[in-house]
Amino acid sequence: MILIAGVLVGSVVIDPTRVLKALLDRLPFISLASGLTEVQERVLFEIRLPRVVMGGIVGSILALAGAGYQGVFRNPLADPYLLGVAAGAGLGATFVIGAGGGSALIPPVAFVGGLVAVLATYALGRTVGGRTMTSLILAGVAVAAFATAIQTFLLQRNYETLREVYSWILGRLVTVGWSEVVILLPYALVAGAVLVLYRRLLDVLALGDDEAAGLGVDVLRVRRTVVLAATLATAAAVSVSGLIGFVGIIVPHTVRLLTGWSYRLVIPLSIFYGASFLILADLIARTAVAPAELPIGVITAFLGAPFFVIVLRTVRGST
Amino acid sequence: MIDWREVSVSFGGPPVVGPLSLTVVDGEWLGLIGPNGAGKSTLLKAAVGVVEHTGAIDLGGRASRAGLDIAWMPQRPHLPDEMTVTDYVLLGRTPHLGRFGTERGRDLDSVQRSLERLDLVELSGRALATLSGGEAQRAVLARALAQEAPVLLLDEPTSNLDIGHALDVLEIIDGLRKHEGLTVVTALHDLTLAGRFADRLVLLAEGKVVSDGGPREVLTEEHLEAHYGAGIRVVDNGDGPTVIPSRKRRV
Repeated sequence: MILIAGVLVGSVVIDPTRVLKALLDRLPFISLASGLTEVQERVLFEIRLPRVVMGGIVGSILALAGAGYQGVFRNPLADPYLLGVAAGAGLGATFVIGAGGGSALIPPVAFVGGLVAVLATYALGRTVGGRTMTSLILAGVAVAAFATAIQTFLLQRNYETLREVYSWILGRLVTVGWSEVVILLPYALVAGAVLVLYRRLLDVLALGDDEAAGLGVDVLRVRRTVVLAATLATAAAVSVSGLIGFVGIIVPHTVRLLTGWSYRLVIPLSIFYGASFLILADLIARTAVAPAELPIGVITAFLGAPFFVIVLRTVRGST
Repeated sequence: MIDWREVSVSFGGPPVVGPLSLTVVDGEWLGLIGPNGAGKSTLLKAAVGVVEHTGAIDLGGRASRAGLDIAWMPQRPHLPDEMTVTDYVLLGRTPHLGRFGTERGRDLDSVQRSLERLDLVELSGRALATLSGGEAQRAVLARALAQEAPVLLLDEPTSNLDIGHALDVLEIIDGLRKHEGLTVVTALHDLTLAGRFADRLVLLAEGKVVSDGGPREVLTEEHLEAHYGAGIRVVDNGDGPTVIPSRKRRV
């Protein structure tokens, strides 16, 4: 339903029944005259539809990445943004844009940036405060600040790309077309498939390393694989849509509230809830101050920050 | 069976356990006893590969497969607050599922049996955080039983149970041992209880075996006072040795 609303709402008004006809017309063996003008058709298929599809994919993989990090670090506050992964990936992406590299080069370099960031956060979190929940997040904040500082430095050195990078940083689905969807899709599929396959093993990790090993699970390998997949997902999302925060914390926790604790449910449902959430956020972003648009990261942060505080409070209360 | 041969464990210093050798044959119940820090838990952890060790631990010449051959109930299990009892016990099926498998009917049956055996059916939907200490301990044991491994290593399985539940639980384990030929190794602080259920007791002190034999041979005042300190009386009313603390003798 949110998907349909995302397609329908926009600055060019299109009759809903005609949209439906036009969409059905694109399916094989169905031929319908939609009655849409050529401009309307183009708005529908080349602007709105890719944007909604992209929003859905980005929302899904950010939610999956958040759930994955939460399982691996056994930390309900873990999130691609709070762990500094997104900032690291953003730094990688900025580097490519600043150096004038092609857009296909952005995801792999962003992946490397994200990976360095998550390893730094993990190492820092352990040296600072053992394994407490907040020390990991504080380490993530430090890593994010560091990556952002380097990023700002790079931006000032490359003044001509400043505008381009800046609007990308705030998170936008504005300019996407099908070509960005094609770049994103393979990364999303690989990362998503790995996380779905590992959903049960994330439940086992909740027992702690020793007991998981006692059940025959290779803890180190599970951890490495899931971190790689979650980081790949984050890097891919950051590459096409910039920094959209808090999805990885809002969506999995909402799923937990609705259905229960197990990753066997949280992981698959995060795909759907993540997609719906981001499409909805995008819808708000482009209608709240119409005809202008808000960066989508503003919407998710506006909802996510209070949500984060609530999660923090419940976690604190139970330990 | 399970076999420790010339096993020693050290945490970056002199060994805390061993070198020692110990063989438990099929269907036997071995009770590990000994004062705090004697190495009982460490010996069990070494067998499941959780602590590094030198020497060999196997199933009589055959290497053990993680999770399938040995079920381990830790002394201080990590219980995720929000997990339900059923989900928790279901995790015991992990070794049978392959890497990415999901539970089938057979796994659910096994979980159901474990829940029934430990009288947990009514609690099956409850979150672990809401259980009493004794209920939680039964849930941990149910998870170990759901592994359906031929060797059970139980580290203080009754430490949170009242005497009635402790007897019930140990009877259940004994029944399984007799019907299904399980090999059982327990680490128990309650010496009397250990002597009632185990065929054979091994008294560990400072990582070494200091006494090994039937309950009447091991649970003597001489052995116990040598390693636990003075103030222990042992009486035998025909039911086996009963260990009694005595303040008079302590001072």
